Amino acid sequence: MMNKEMQLPEDVALRVTDVSKSFKLPTERAGSLKNALVNWARGIRGYRIQQVLEGITFDVHKGDFFGIVGKNGSGKSTLLKIISGIYAADTGTVQTVGKLVPFIELGVGFNPELTGRENVYLNGAMLGFSNDEIDAMYDDIVEFAELGDFMEQKLKNYSSGMQVRLAFSVAIKSQGDILVLDEVLAVGDEAFQKKCQDYFFEAKRKKKTIILVTHSMADVRRYCNRAMFIQDGRIAQIGDPDLIADAYSNSFLGTTATVGSGTKGYGHDATLDGIEIQVDGAEQQYLDQYEDFDIVVDLDCKRDLRSDQIHIDVVDGRGWMAFSLPNQGEKPFIITKGKHRLTFHVQNVLAFGDYHIDVAFDDGNDRYLIAQRAYSFHLVGHAVAASPLTVPHSTCVMDH
Amino acid sequence: MSILEIFSHKNWLLLKAMVSSDFKLRYKQSMLGYLWSVLKPLMLFGVMYVVFIHFLRFGDSVPHFSVGLLLGIVMWNFFSETTSGGLNAVVGHGDLLRKIKFSKYIVVVSAATSALINLGISFVVVMLFALANGVHFTWSALLIIPIFIELFFLALGVAFFLGAAYVYFRDLSPIWEVVMQAGFYATPIIYPVSLVVTNAGEFIARLQLLLNPAAQIVQDARHVLIAPENVTVWENWPPYIAVIPVILSFLIFLGGLKFYTAKSKSFAELV
Repeated sequence: MMNKEMQLPEDVALRVTDVSKSFKLPTERAGSLKNALVNWARGIRGYRIQQVLEGITFDVHKGDFFGIVGKNGSGKSTLLKIISGIYAADTGTVQTVGKLVPFIELGVGFNPELTGRENVYLNGAMLGFSNDEIDAMYDDIVEFAELGDFMEQKLKNYSSGMQVRLAFSVAIKSQGDILVLDEVLAVGDEAFQKKCQDYFFEAKRKKKTIILVTHSMADVRRYCNRAMFIQDGRIAQIGDPDLIADAYSNSFLGTTATVGSGTKGYGHDATLDGIEIQVDGAEQQYLDQYEDFDIVVDLDCKRDLRSDQIHIDVVDGRGWMAFSLPNQGEKPFIITKGKHRLTFHVQNVLAFGDYHIDVAFDDGNDRYLIAQRAYSFHLVGHAVAASPLTVPHSTCVMDH
Repeated sequence: MSILEIFSHKNWLLLKAMVSSDFKLRYKQSMLGYLWSVLKPLMLFGVMYVVFIHFLRFGDSVPHFSVGLLLGIVMWNFFSETTSGGLNAVVGHGDLLRKIKFSKYIVVVSAATSALINLGISFVVVMLFALANGVHFTWSALLIIPIFIELFFLALGVAFFLGAAYVYFRDLSPIWEVVMQAGFYATPIIYPVSLVVTNAGEFIARLQLLLNPAAQIVQDARHVLIAPENVTVWENWPPYIAVIPVILSFLIFLGGLKFYTAKSKSFAELV
């Protein structure tokens, strides 16, 4: 289905146009001659047509980290297999630019009787790499899989974790242009998941094109810059990963999200013009441990406000507040009516994980939300502590 | 999708990788290793030789029948290996087909290529034996090349058909074993054609050569390589009829290929 008839725009890595797919499910599958004869004798000849995908159209741009979410049986994996050229679509086309490397059903297909090395070369050939190309990436693969001592061993002597590690290394270290990953993070021990995470962060920095199917909304928020929600074989929503993650989670609740507890809806005394995290004056969503940062907030105040009426809440992945700015100990100042930029310099004592920032207004009695999930950021590193044990030291500077 | 894609650089590399790992795997656990690919036909032939030449005394009517016997067995083994390899090719590689996109033809062609390599090794053994037996080679021996090509296409066509059909009907495996056994005796391999003439009549013998491409192929090979006394379909029928088994072989190839191409789109969903 990889036809290249139509020229793709420069920045598009993958274009899926109006793809539909149905499976014929025999009312009773005739897997053998006997079954076929028995079915025929009983007059069972029909099959049910199950429409798995319908009218799927979307683009993935070069450098996108594209998430696909959906419930079990919604058609995600089928779509992934069609994108990878493993299944043929009934109608519609899939166009790709460059080499596509899939990692589906936990592996690239290994032969247990061959050694690790032989499997890597055989798999490389299956993915379309020449011997020279595999030579060039072989050391990288082995190093990433941490299997240097085992490469001359037969694969059947590997633990299942080692096999997955090797398969994943082949997929990500092979120099493909588009990487297609299905549920990779659902398996593997903590060390492996950490490795995947590090790789994803690195891939994001290098602007690699990745398509990820996952059930983890934390992963969608953390890695993806675009996402798609598939429901019953159709695209329910496509766009901003935060919105997609919310939509997916809400689809289980059957209700729309409520704004944070204790809030009285959105306030009107101030609006948020922009918010971002900066390190040395440049935006950075991925922070190293102990890397101090600035939270830069652009506010538009409708009237004079006291600085302690504004709450910049940093919330972790579980929805718990890590800390709130400005520090309650800090002496409040007046923010006059008009546009202002507040820069909070924060000592980074945050633990490894995902965070987002809510901005709220507190008049002393009630709390009003100005912006929910206004910004999200991530801490790279190890889980050494669940949350900061101390309130981070911070200072606030207003532009004028 | 077309069979021609198999000649692309990428698929050529893949074919090489698959055939070489197949070869590595075959004798991996054995002590003698690759030596078996020579030893096995030699030993099998030893058994056949003792039984059919010494005890049953077939083949007295044809010069060098023992060499012809060996050649027939080697060619039949190739046919049998290719077709049974082809039968298992798609289902056996289900794991790969569900995970990676690659040319679906490769799995069957690699089974045929492995069998072809074995044929090459065995053929060298046959030639050595022929020399020891005092066979006098002539230039007509070169005609063995087109004969082997016909055999290859016939076997590949059947292999394509079986590989695709086995995805749908798993009963095919035992059925095919029986068919192969029947085919072995329906082809003049362990007995000379003259035996058919004496026991079933001349017409049946001529019909066998005409309708069984394997019989035509084996007899042609013996005729050009070992001794012209080996009867062929060409001497028994006018040329426009004698060409039927050759046409049949290529029709079987095209039919098998067409069937495989049509079914291959849904292999990944069904295996």
